[in-house]
Amino acid sequence: MAAIEIKGLTRRYGDFVAVSNFDLTVTAGECVGILGPNGAGKTTVVEILEGYRHRDGGDVSVLGLDPAHPTRSWRQKLGIVLQSASDLNELTVREAVEHFARYYPMARDVDSTIELVGLTDKATTRAANLSGGQRRRLDVALGVVGTPELLFLDEPTTGFDPEARHIFWGLIERLKHEGVTIVLTTHYLEEADALADHVVVVTKGRKVADTTPAGLGSRSQNLVSVRWFEHDELKEQRTAEPTEFVRELAARFTGEIPGLEVVRTTLEEAYLELVNASEQ
Amino acid sequence: MTKLPSLYYHRARLEIRLLLRNRNAVVFSMLLPVFLLFIFGSVFNKTKLGNTGVSFDQYFVAGLLASGLLYSAFQQLAIGIPEERSNGTLKRLVGSPMPPSVYFVGKLAAATFTYIFQAIALLAIGHFSYGIHLPGSVSLWLDFVWISALGLAASALLGIAFSNFAKNGQSASALASPVVLFFQFTSGVFFVYANLPKWMQDVAAIFPLKWMAQAMRGVFLPKLFASQEVGHSFELPKAAVILGAWTLAAALICRFTFHWLPKNET
Repeated sequence: MAAIEIKGLTRRYGDFVAVSNFDLTVTAGECVGILGPNGAGKTTVVEILEGYRHRDGGDVSVLGLDPAHPTRSWRQKLGIVLQSASDLNELTVREAVEHFARYYPMARDVDSTIELVGLTDKATTRAANLSGGQRRRLDVALGVVGTPELLFLDEPTTGFDPEARHIFWGLIERLKHEGVTIVLTTHYLEEADALADHVVVVTKGRKVADTTPAGLGSRSQNLVSVRWFEHDELKEQRTAEPTEFVRELAARFTGEIPGLEVVRTTLEEAYLELVNASEQ
Repeated sequence: MTKLPSLYYHRARLEIRLLLRNRNAVVFSMLLPVFLLFIFGSVFNKTKLGNTGVSFDQYFVAGLLASGLLYSAFQQLAIGIPEERSNGTLKRLVGSPMPPSVYFVGKLAAATFTYIFQAIALLAIGHFSYGIHLPGSVSLWLDFVWISALGLAASALLGIAFSNFAKNGQSASALASPVVLFFQFTSGVFFVYANLPKWMQDVAAIFPLKWMAQAMRGVFLPKLFASQEVGHSFELPKAAVILGAWTLAAALICRFTFHWLPKNET
């Protein structure tokens, strides 16, 4: 069953086309990563799905409802973690979680929600005194306290140090195991690789890839990079046919090819190649 | 999920708790009328108004209670809501299944709480330190209650309506504070209304503060003073009608202009 169904979504801000003819299907229970550089239109797409922003065209269904007309019972099934939040500063972690739990019919237990996000030690700390990572985990706690079927995470780990990011990923893994459908926007490729079952790459408001993290790597036209030394200079050639290329290269040298390296393109490089190609 | 009345109760408690955690709000908003009484009371201490035997302090307290309605409801909401719109509070709430009325009930509770605090502080300090006379009958206290309630409703709704025209808390503050000050000067708070130029009286008579202040004088000044009013009466029924009309008008403006998200986030 599809949790989200988008067909031909378009959104303009004045003359600027932020999202253009965007299609996406998200199956219930999967984690989809929406990747793309800053300003690609990720947040616009997600905020249309969350019922915040209006659209100029296309058909959108989120948990069976058009998000342009949100209802209370629909909101009860959604969890939203916005890109940036500076509210709640004067509330403690427990007060905030307790308060939002009241709005949901199937709310989780307050203490176990706080434990789930690893803030038990900080339960009586005011949000203003939390670190960036802890503050983000409070946002996630508020996103999941209502036991959502669908959770939106908009760039949840921006500004995290690597350790905080790994702790956060563990949290998302736990939610995935509970069967929550997750829409994750990020500009960290390794994050999508670690968490997403399905990745969508967006640049300039258009979808340029819709595949699995592994599939993204294999989409690259020039999969392998061959490096060697010639005339005291490091040379590099990207190729889809490395064996053939190395054979030709070997013919130019007598004996060993100096400093030969054959390296398969990383996911990151494949992604950057895709973004660069579609931005030109 | 909690039932609606219980959601109202918990949101109201949360708003009041937040108010008390914000020291600036406690000091400036809740004690402002007391500071003003201290300053004006020190300057005009024994000044009597004409030959009525009523002190300026007594006249001023009625105006300060009316101003308190503007401070606690109008100004607090006109500044607080844009701030919550720009810091994401409203976005989070509207993205949750919270019934929208819960938010407004919470705001109204915070305004009422502030007003009650201001009024008690003003009347207690006014009575014991400045010899302010308190109403001597139950019916006058009842008048005080309905004037306060209607004044709070009108001010709060006007504050919510006003909140839709400011980008953030700072610009709202820059807009709302002069508005309040303007009406305090022209509506019989800082000066005796009957002594103001006719045109100024006419302008102020369109707006709520003049009627709130005059109705409060009906509670806190002797009946004989009514002859000193411009209409030779405190005109309580007329004040009720005008404040009621402003409440309705403000509610309609809110109905059509209130937005949860900043304009560029929709």
